[in-house]
Amino acid sequence: MSGQAALRRDVAIVSWASFETPSEPARNEVEMLLPVVQEALGKVGLTQQDIGFTVSGSSDYLQGFPFAFVGALDAVGAWPPIRESHVEMDGAFALYEAVNVLQEEGIDTALVYAFARPSRGEVDRTLALQLDPYYVAPLWPDARGLAALQAQAMKDSGRFGDVPDLPPTYVADGCVAVVLAVGDRARELTKTPAWIRGIDHRIEPPSLGVRDLTTSPSTIAAGDAAGAAGADAAWLHVPYPHQELVLREALGLSGATVDSAAGPVMVGGLERLAAAAAGIAAGKARRAVAHATSGPCLQQNLVAVLEGVAQ
Amino acid sequence: MSEPVTIVETPIKLDFSYTPGVASSRFLRSLEKGKIVGQRCPKCKKVYMPPRGACSMCGVATDEELILSGKGTVCTFCVTRIPTPGLDAPYVSAWIRLDGADITSMFLIQECDPEEVRLGMRVEAVWVDEADREPNLGNIKYFRPTGEPDADYDTYKDYV
Repeated sequence: MSGQAALRRDVAIVSWASFETPSEPARNEVEMLLPVVQEALGKVGLTQQDIGFTVSGSSDYLQGFPFAFVGALDAVGAWPPIRESHVEMDGAFALYEAVNVLQEEGIDTALVYAFARPSRGEVDRTLALQLDPYYVAPLWPDARGLAALQAQAMKDSGRFGDVPDLPPTYVADGCVAVVLAVGDRARELTKTPAWIRGIDHRIEPPSLGVRDLTTSPSTIAAGDAAGAAGADAAWLHVPYPHQELVLREALGLSGATVDSAAGPVMVGGLERLAAAAAGIAAGKARRAVAHATSGPCLQQNLVAVLEGVAQ
Repeated sequence: MSEPVTIVETPIKLDFSYTPGVASSRFLRSLEKGKIVGQRCPKCKKVYMPPRGACSMCGVATDEELILSGKGTVCTFCVTRIPTPGLDAPYVSAWIRLDGADITSMFLIQECDPEEVRLGMRVEAVWVDEADREPNLGNIKYFRPTGEPDADYDTYKDYV
């Protein structure tokens, strides 16, 4: 890996499962998540007791009550007590934490999951609460409106040719679970581990006014550090279509196969990592980039590079 | 020089359409009919009331439903001597283990002197009139003593 210290221990994605629907009418978050977690663990013959570290990504603001992420632990079974963590972000950023925890001797497996049911609320408004609480959030700029500023800036720059029209914010309910394992443990669990050869994430300033929304310096920096150059396929997390143009440019993906998807908010990024691992396992890619974003107008970006062969 | 700004008010309001989930919906609908539904974990056999569709200790779905009797045992309690809106002081809140359930739930205890409430006391649910029931736990107004002999300490010692 370039740009950042190499991982001391090789980490691979060994299993995954996901679920997505436009609107989950009856089941709550735990009921939606439980079969997906069981499927991901079951595919590699593990139970929660075999997992060394568990971490989730979600937002209590979408569910509408505090510490909702703690209730979601019902879906994994936290007894005897487990080593567990949570990020109020897309699950991809929870996976980043897991990769780091797996550098510790004695922790060889990790479960990462993400879930959301934004169909139950007003996601365009809810996302305004991640903005600067003094000067921006009180104006309630909706998520789509901010994305429109970015699309307009791209049109005005003249660099992108046709900039796609802005669709409504993608709303779907769903969840994803990913199992990670290190070194020989990963080889025991599956014949087709997707090794994480590099992973990095970077963030840009919270103030939209100081950013050039037509570029993504955080993606460029994360891609450099993760070693994204030379990938033959990329799975990009693209909440709004115009953002794919910025990401392709930032990652230098000319010649690579690109698969873009939005996915449910908080879930879509981790789903991209799972999809890239599936691509590696199926032999569709030799060196795959997986990307995840969070925040307004691609504020935070994570880039991972996956390969079928360990370093 | 103008006064420094010390406070800004930024009201926040979001609307949600709340869905309690499959297990909780069945529980709430059963309360409308005057029945308390619990769910048993297929692995550790613990019975949850209210049911949440999953065993939080085992991480498995709880599919088996059972009707609980509405009688229970006081496992621990508190006498509050400050009035609260809708409740005159003193009033008694208690953690009650319903017969057949493996977790306790908090209810009021009425129709007895607060000084008489004790660990192991046997109590039963008092329901609101059938015509006034809604799908929520408010259908149980409170618990009252049954007059049965106190439960043996061993039956509730893990819940004190």
